[in-house]
Amino acid sequence: MVPLAPTPEVPLVEMRDISIAFGGIRAVDDASIDLYPGEVVALLGHNGAGKSTLIKILSGAYKRDTGTILVNGEEVAINSPRDAKKYGIETIYQTLALADNVDAAANLFLGRELMTSWGTLDDVAMEAEARKVMGRLNPRFQRFKDPVARLSGGQRQSVAIARAILFNARILIMDEPTAALGPQETAQVGELVKQLKSEGIGIFLISHDIHDVFDLADRVCVMKNGQVVGTAKTTEVTQDEVLGMIILGKCPPGAIPGPGAMKAAA
Amino acid sequence: MSDTNANSSGGWLGSDRRRLLIQEYGIFIAFVILVVVLSFSNPYFLTAGNISNVLLQTSINGVLAIGMTFVILTRGIDLSVGSVVALAGIVSASFATTSASAAVAGAPYPVFVPIAVGLAVGVACGGVVGAIVSRFAVPAFVATLGMLSAARGLTLIYGNGRPVPALVPEFRWIGTSSILGIPLPVIILAVVFAVSWWVLTQTRFGRYIYAVGGNPHAAKTSGINVTRIRFLVYVISGGLAGLAGMLLAARTGSALPQAGIAYELDAIAAVVIGGTSLAGGVGRVTGTLIGALIIGVMNNGLDLMGIQSYYQQILKGALIVGAVMLDQKRNQNA
Repeated sequence: MVPLAPTPEVPLVEMRDISIAFGGIRAVDDASIDLYPGEVVALLGHNGAGKSTLIKILSGAYKRDTGTILVNGEEVAINSPRDAKKYGIETIYQTLALADNVDAAANLFLGRELMTSWGTLDDVAMEAEARKVMGRLNPRFQRFKDPVARLSGGQRQSVAIARAILFNARILIMDEPTAALGPQETAQVGELVKQLKSEGIGIFLISHDIHDVFDLADRVCVMKNGQVVGTAKTTEVTQDEVLGMIILGKCPPGAIPGPGAMKAAA
Repeated sequence: MSDTNANSSGGWLGSDRRRLLIQEYGIFIAFVILVVVLSFSNPYFLTAGNISNVLLQTSINGVLAIGMTFVILTRGIDLSVGSVVALAGIVSASFATTSASAAVAGAPYPVFVPIAVGLAVGVACGGVVGAIVSRFAVPAFVATLGMLSAARGLTLIYGNGRPVPALVPEFRWIGTSSILGIPLPVIILAVVFAVSWWVLTQTRFGRYIYAVGGNPHAAKTSGINVTRIRFLVYVISGGLAGLAGMLLAARTGSALPQAGIAYELDAIAAVVIGGTSLAGGVGRVTGTLIGALIIGVMNNGLDLMGIQSYYQQILKGALIVGAVMLDQKRNQNA
């Protein structure tokens, strides 16, 4: 593996003291989170804990009230999904936003087609690029001519991820990546995540189910009531301890407590 | 949806390909069979004169059906084309007539003026419908049903309910002349087909039409301006309806206020027979052209066999329903 540009000491992305309120409700309250190259951070919490809102601020879907976002150590302004893409932040939605009736290559380039010098679609070049990127991700994938509606869930997931990394995504946000998949396909997504890690891409996995993501993640960050309960390396905490963080907000010894941690010995 | 779908094994893919080919060319095979049967049953059918006649009869519906294909690919429908045919025909004719009572001041104008006016009327009608569908989220069925009624009303108001007769020869030339023995409307249909094929298969706009029809949400998150695409397909359909209206008026030598009634149904029939899915995102303009030819050939063949036109309508109805049943079966298999 070729080592990739940013030094590991500088996080790919860092969100500092982020807050956002909707009509007086503080959906995210002073939350901080970071992500290093080649790292997978699972963002966990119940529905309504604020994890999706926090990550939508990063992807540009919501605009934060306060706080700063740094990419490669430099402060950036992310006010729209377009801004986020500009900084290499790509989101893969749970619903896999693919055009079912067109083939994989057309989906990869949808909205950003390669054109010939005549101003027409360059399907040959697009398929060649598609084969290159899919060869990296999922070498067994061969169904470039079929409409993606005919692909399996895991294959569709590959196409969605390929679409994100094709345009040099450095930071990937995956919302419930395995929620709709069977065991075999979940394993396939696990392989994809490992491949992306080895290329130095940082990944946020969003889930409300710890079992979906614990094995894939290097670190977990747990949110509750809009606040960060704590952050921990998956090697230093047990799944039960993480469950305690999610349900009770109780921060175990192996974790770095955040503002939302239950006060000790209350 | 079987498990084999998950594996991309060569053999399975091979059979899949074969099935796709049969599906895609099935309509063409049906057309060839129809032609062969008719040519054996009537010696006149395959004469140059009759072929030219069939193509001429098909040209107006073909132009409308190609416009309809653009709309249906985006999950829409355009019921207004028949009325737009009449409106564009009568307005453009009023610029190309020598009849003092029906003409606008200064008519007849040089032939490019009525042509530009007719196209503009079609584009304007399509633009209104497109804006209503794309910006106000009114279902296409409703918006174009409204235009079907409104454009017919406008036609009757504009011409006081009377035809516009006595069109100048230069205007009639569009519908009646031939180049190298090929009627001009047939050449126009061929050009419209070629340009549409190119747009749908070779350009970014065409790709976006398919994407919008297949999954509007995905199209939007990919940065495609879905509103604009939806708007433009109605403009195309309206513009082609304007063209068809002029072809009709030019061929008959006068524009009638009741022209084009139920033309939208033949256009939709050609699209559907041609294999374009009403669910959007799937279909080809080649299929539409063959669909229009099948309708034209069938009408002609049944005429030649001396079968009453009433029976022709029943057969056409059966053909439309049969084509959609085939389409449904194909979707289940997919």
